[in-house]
Amino acid sequence: MNQTNHSKRPPQLFKNLSAKIASIPMILTTMVVFVGGTTWTVVHSFTNSKLLPKLNFVGLDQYERLWSSRRWLISIENLAVFGFFSLILMMVIGFFLATLLDRKVRGENIFRTIFLYPFALSFIVTGLAWQWILNPDLGLQQVMHDLGWTSFEFNPLNSGDTVIYGLLIAAMWQGTGLIMVIMLAGLRGIDDDIWKAARVDGIGTVKTYIKIIIPMMRPVFVTALVIVASGIIKLYDLVVALTNGGPGLSSEVPAKYVINYMFRAQNLGQGFAASTMMLVTVAIILIPWAYLEFGGKDNG
Amino acid sequence: MADALTGPSGPPPKRIFSRTNIMLYGTLLVVSIYYLLPLYVMVVTSLKGMPEIRLGNIFAPPLEVTFEPWVKAWSEACTGINCDGLSRGFWNSVKILVPSCALSIAVASVNGYALARWKFKGSELFFSILIVGAFIPYQTMLYPLVIILRELGLMGKLGGLVLVHTVFGMPILTLLFRNYFAGIPEDLFKAARVDGAGFWGIYFRIMLPMSLPIFVVALILQVTGIWNDFLFGVIYTKPATYPMTVQLNNIVNSVQGIKEYNVNMAATLLTGGVPLILYFISGKLFVRGIAAGAVKG
Amino acid sequence: MQKHVKALGLSMALAVPQMATSADLEVTHWWTSGGEAAAVKEFAKAFNATGNNWVDGAIAGSGGTARPIIISRILGGDPMAATQLNHGRQAEELIEAGLMTDLTELAEKEGWKDIVNPSSLLDSCTFEGRIYCVPVNIHSGQWIWLSHGAFETAGLDVPADWNEFVAAAPKLEEAGILPLAMGQQGWQQNLAFGAITIGVAGIDAWRKVSVERDASAAAGPEYKAVFEAVAAARELARESNVQDWNQATNLVITNKAGGQIMGDWAQGEFQVAGQVAGKDYTCLPGLGINEILDTGGDAFYFPVVKDEETKKAQLELASLLISPEVQVAFNLKKGSLPVRGDIDLSSANDCMQKGLKILADGNVLPSGDQNLSPDTQTQIEDLMAEFWSSTMSAADAQEAYVAIIADSE
Repeated sequence: MNQTNHSKRPPQLFKNLSAKIASIPMILTTMVVFVGGTTWTVVHSFTNSKLLPKLNFVGLDQYERLWSSRRWLISIENLAVFGFFSLILMMVIGFFLATLLDRKVRGENIFRTIFLYPFALSFIVTGLAWQWILNPDLGLQQVMHDLGWTSFEFNPLNSGDTVIYGLLIAAMWQGTGLIMVIMLAGLRGIDDDIWKAARVDGIGTVKTYIKIIIPMMRPVFVTALVIVASGIIKLYDLVVALTNGGPGLSSEVPAKYVINYMFRAQNLGQGFAASTMMLVTVAIILIPWAYLEFGGKDNG
Repeated sequence: MADALTGPSGPPPKRIFSRTNIMLYGTLLVVSIYYLLPLYVMVVTSLKGMPEIRLGNIFAPPLEVTFEPWVKAWSEACTGINCDGLSRGFWNSVKILVPSCALSIAVASVNGYALARWKFKGSELFFSILIVGAFIPYQTMLYPLVIILRELGLMGKLGGLVLVHTVFGMPILTLLFRNYFAGIPEDLFKAARVDGAGFWGIYFRIMLPMSLPIFVVALILQVTGIWNDFLFGVIYTKPATYPMTVQLNNIVNSVQGIKEYNVNMAATLLTGGVPLILYFISGKLFVRGIAAGAVKG
Repeated sequence: MQKHVKALGLSMALAVPQMATSADLEVTHWWTSGGEAAAVKEFAKAFNATGNNWVDGAIAGSGGTARPIIISRILGGDPMAATQLNHGRQAEELIEAGLMTDLTELAEKEGWKDIVNPSSLLDSCTFEGRIYCVPVNIHSGQWIWLSHGAFETAGLDVPADWNEFVAAAPKLEEAGILPLAMGQQGWQQNLAFGAITIGVAGIDAWRKVSVERDASAAAGPEYKAVFEAVAAARELARESNVQDWNQATNLVITNKAGGQIMGDWAQGEFQVAGQVAGKDYTCLPGLGINEILDTGGDAFYFPVVKDEETKKAQLELASLLISPEVQVAFNLKKGSLPVRGDIDLSSANDCMQKGLKILADGNVLPSGDQNLSPDTQTQIEDLMAEFWSSTMSAADAQEAYVAIIADSE
């Protein structure tokens, strides 16, 4: 909205200097940890490091093996499916709940807390609770059977075709609350006058949201997107807690492949090759976008 | 500005029992069931004895309420040879939490302030890398971090753990602070500059007093993340200073005969207690803070 | 550095009996289940009795969770004083990097070479002629555990071997009992595969594949039979949807399942549940067909530390772990076999006696930890995880297996 204007840069050098000094932690973090650590990882992905990182280069061997591994291919496919649905559902559900709460709801505090609290609980437990609820002998299916609806079938975790949807149910439960709060915050930032104007013009509620409100909330969607997308890439704990990759390999994800091969198989090189592939993908999508989003436009 | 954010701004509903209202509250209630179901199962299970759990129905309320699992989770559950439950790690977690939150929030707020108001050549590039850093799975950074901390002599020290939390909290927090400070009216900033205030002067005298909501948001995100952290907590501490999550992991993942689900659930609720309480008491401030931190781009 | 440590090791080993230390020793391990924790307590009790203090660093969730933590700590130069690790190839690189304490002087003084049986256990602790770890127990994976109650319910005798078990399965199913309990985790499915291999293919074929890494043997008829047997076992475990191994064991204990293929650590669970071997349950080593066991197990390593007191205490602990009394007390609780051939275990139960006899007769194979690298094992586990939970044909699985063996190093 009110874009800050930075054409007037601080004139004295020493003032800008204190900004630079204040940014030293950030510069060190980005250069040493993120760039340095990433470079280190990429370099070691070309080695045959086993338990300890070593510099015995083996060319592209680790990558050849990676791309011929069925488990890796399954992991990527799973992440793509999960990522696609999770991105859409998170945004849609988050926005939808926020619009509901934005309508001067009584007990808004209570509803908001209900939607948000799962975010406070660790994945270990999220996994355990949902494992139960989705368990056919203990959870929902059994309850429906007890109530006499014996044809009711709801057992997503025990079949390779549906397990991803089981993961989605748990992931939505855990994460939509935060997105909802972010969206709600965005809606609250929109001036009442816009609603009045829309009503005067006779534009319907739904149409107002789509045509006017959502475009105005672009920065909000960006923040939400960063949070959701980074969560998707890092998806690991929830899988371990809920399915541990099963049944079979049907809910494996890339982060789990990386960690398994680094620490269980003691093939650091393979793990690093897999994490390099993840990083490259993220970088290709993100760096140009991040630069445009956060870099370019403020300089104008 | 911040005051305008407290009130709902959507179109107000007309009558209490209008069709829209029934739809609205109906939907909210149904959705609430989905969110509350696991909590209900956890609470109910944690109040049952093991014989009742074996009967099978996880949704049934307890026939006989017992607080035994809670007592056990807090002070008796065994992890390895120590049988003193979660209580062992509670204060350790607090000791890790306080400095980690303080440092990571202090650093990120100054970062965000510099990025929003005192840009210098390259600052946007660093920020972009920082955002990309938010996408790196922690586990792949484990060995580089171990090497860095070893070289700094911080391995196995509280300082090392605080540093790690500061580093991994930085991307998202900096993003929020940067957006927040960018949204504070330019005039205030200019006026302070005219009065001769510098970088730190403006930060402490103008920015800080206005930023309670965003600090609340940062606090909530960091408390949740650091309190629930297991991996770093166990690597960069020793048994005597293990955080609570190590005991939670040991209680939940140790399989002693039949799994004691009631104790597991009680342990979970106890561990989640600190962030949960924070959510309840922070209430509206959280939304206000997020509003201010996420809205302006 | 290395030399320095060795020299110190010598002087200290000689000094141990006279000079008691009182140091805090941090010990990391992942023994947290009921039977395991009780066993570890025996170590701690004995060690505390020497005036030292055992600081327990238990990390639950099997080696997969604990290993990155252990290795990070050692790499970071701030190691624990002692840690559990499976012996074999896992620790080689840490030894090479000079991060592990050399125990050779102590071992020679106490004559470990003569008392450790089978000697292969000490071999896996040995790197370039020096000894770096203390084996504490022997575990074997080739057991099937059978529930007497389940077979009674179905009106059957308890089977005497795997073939009888498979034949009895339809009757069990009729009685509403799950024939084979199987935790849905790759390593458990892989373990069952290993046990069936020994039973069906026999020792010679096994050796060709697992030790000599002969891919053509893996493609041969013996292994074809193995994969078909595993495919049959898969059907018997179709309805099993528990995760953890001891949840599966619990199905056997509660007579809900006929049997489970699991290592001898399952013994501890039966014991905790108060069951008696031969009366409530039966165990068949080598699935009752080929009575051969592997000799995997756990070992303790002692990372190099700076503090002198701690160094002394490390050697005290090393000596204690292998001492006869501690070996007996620990292994009775753990359900594993002691690493010494010279101690009396008449108090051991039916199952442990069976194991001891096989060990005494020398019918042992080196465990997978000593042959295939963890990397290869993980690949096989991945394959087994997929195979057991899908309808993949035995032939396809065998083909994939051959490729993994051909690639292994």
